Amino acid sequence: MDLRYSEADERFRRELRSWLAAEVPKHPKPPPRHDWPARRVHDTGWQKKLFDAGYAGVNWPREYGGRGATLTEELVYYEETARAHAPYIGMNFVGVRHGGPTVIAEGSELQKKTHLPRILRGEEVWCQGFSEPSAGSDLASLKTTAVRDGDHYVVNGHKIWTSFGQVADYCELLVRTNPSAPKHRGISWIIMPMSLPGIEVRPLPTLQGESDFAEMFLSDVRIPVEQLVGKENDGWRITNVTLRFERGTAWAADIIELKEFLSDAAKLAQKLTREGAAAWEDKALRREVGHLAAEADALWALMKWQLGEIQKTGMPGLGGSALKLAFTELKQRVYELGMRLLGRAGLSRDDVGSLPVEHVLVQFMQSLSLTIAAGSSQVQRNIISERILGMPKEPR
Amino acid sequence: MDFQLSEDQQALQSGLRTFCDDRYAFENVVALEKTPLDRDRHRELAEMGVFSLRLPEAEGGVGLGMAEAVLVFAELGRRVVPGPLLWSHLCAGLVPGAAAGETIVGGLDRTRPSNEPLLVEYAGALDALVVLKRDGVERIDARKLAGTPVATPLDPLTPLVHAAELPRGERIAGAEQAAQLRLEGTLLTAALCLGIAEMTTELAVDYAKKREQFDRPIASFQAIKHFAADMHVRQEMARASVYAAGATFDDPSVGDVARAVASARVVAGEAAMKNARMCIQIYGGMGYTWEMPPHYYLKRAFVLENAFAAADEACETLAERIDR
Repeated sequence: MDLRYSEADERFRRELRSWLAAEVPKHPKPPPRHDWPARRVHDTGWQKKLFDAGYAGVNWPREYGGRGATLTEELVYYEETARAHAPYIGMNFVGVRHGGPTVIAEGSELQKKTHLPRILRGEEVWCQGFSEPSAGSDLASLKTTAVRDGDHYVVNGHKIWTSFGQVADYCELLVRTNPSAPKHRGISWIIMPMSLPGIEVRPLPTLQGESDFAEMFLSDVRIPVEQLVGKENDGWRITNVTLRFERGTAWAADIIELKEFLSDAAKLAQKLTREGAAAWEDKALRREVGHLAAEADALWALMKWQLGEIQKTGMPGLGGSALKLAFTELKQRVYELGMRLLGRAGLSRDDVGSLPVEHVLVQFMQSLSLTIAAGSSQVQRNIISERILGMPKEPR
Repeated sequence: MDFQLSEDQQALQSGLRTFCDDRYAFENVVALEKTPLDRDRHRELAEMGVFSLRLPEAEGGVGLGMAEAVLVFAELGRRVVPGPLLWSHLCAGLVPGAAAGETIVGGLDRTRPSNEPLLVEYAGALDALVVLKRDGVERIDARKLAGTPVATPLDPLTPLVHAAELPRGERIAGAEQAAQLRLEGTLLTAALCLGIAEMTTELAVDYAKKREQFDRPIASFQAIKHFAADMHVRQEMARASVYAAGATFDDPSVGDVARAVASARVVAGEAAMKNARMCIQIYGGMGYTWEMPPHYYLKRAFVLENAFAAADEACETLAERIDR
């Protein structure tokens, strides 16, 4: 049990910290949420800066533009970017945290060379085409079809919750390539260029009132067969690789940000007054913040424990389900506390009275999506009980 | 960074597990209800190195650290092993004979004064009673402690004596060491809680797989599975935080020791309490009977909830140290 970062890790930390100290203040503030072209410039612009400085894809292979660093250096990266309040990964999320790692694990040499450096440079934005209106938690029942026609797949279907669909260049798309096989064995994983004819993207406003989500209608979209990742009909296994990344180290940055927020909340409570005294004088509030901090610290320790497992096996394990479940539910409780702390100020969506209202509200509302997306809390509990604890499946 | 058990740590853990599974199998533990503190068993635990674990080799100890101690105490917690194990371990370097199990040492934490009744665990069978006070550590001759045995202690394996007052003792260490022992005691209490959280999850899952209702194992119902999944998550969080606190204790350069211990205390304590309660629920009517294991775990969890720094105090410690 060794929690100490190596000398190399600490050297990396010092370099990164001073780079962030210089660059973060220079990067413009995030544009309004509805201004998609400006958001793209903002999010990918930061990604490009990371790349130019050698901090993009910290643990991705060097030959594809990554830093080729260790997983612990990646952890240092998350710690330092969170502490520096560096710009959020934003619309680079699917490519950097999801599609990219899947291509590294399962893609062809050509796919790696084509996509990985461009994702890291902020030149490619990806979206996710997994869920469908009638394939949510039961993702494997997806109906979007891909029929082979010469050297193309002809794709028809309807995808939903396609974050960044409006601006994406590529979509990690799940399609049914064998309708007669059992549902888990007829799915394929395809990289779909969003420029192809037959793709219609319609914004789907979220409860935040913004259009991060989209629906995607696919009508006779002709996708070249070389866009297939891995083998035809092997997409379910590949999806589970992808989802494990989504449930694994992908949360590291978020856990640190949560810890940072608890610290900010304590400072806020020292500033706000309630009944004539600082809110922080309230013992019950302090204990509640302390309790949440205890859980956040435990999650961070669990993250490091799972990192140790990945270092051993090369793959995020099933334990990611426990981490995802615990983190997403904790985040909701933490920002609920933030909302209570703000009191009536939280009735405004924008900062009011020099209070960080917008941040708290956006994070609170966004946290509501986390227990639903990437396998709902209920799906995670099924995975944990069936695949870790060995309990029998429900009749399905 | 390599936050996994080393080979030696795995060997230590599995050695203790084999020992406890055999010597403290449920039927053996139940048989100890009449005499929870048995001198031979205490000496046997000493031979396993439970008390001398962190004592330097030069002083006849095993010379291991807190990272190893939390593994050992988690194993003891899994089998609700009775006895003043924590105090005998804490006092291994302080009270002659404690490390070898010759002197049975119990204790009382009085660093936070209160007017609650003085309930001393295992008092009738102790050789020495160590009292932590704000200004130092005192050793009391346990035979001079006057009090009334509590007729029915909550935990049938943790007998209590209600003492009217504590006789004056001999000062054996200063305030700094009292605080240090309290910190160590808090962390090892969390380790015992981790063992409870783990074992109650295993018990509940095994029971649910065997118990049939509506013509199928109740483990196939989502209502049960999702409770079990939550138990597993609490256990994993507890494990990570207890291990991390152990590693941080041994190498304070990696973090804030007080914060790490407080976090482990809160998370593992809650995991023990909630998992033990849920274990009773999943056992159903059988869980409410004396003959089944779950109630022993819940009762021990209550004993541990009130040992050293309790959860509320730990939460405040965390709140104070949130910026560090």
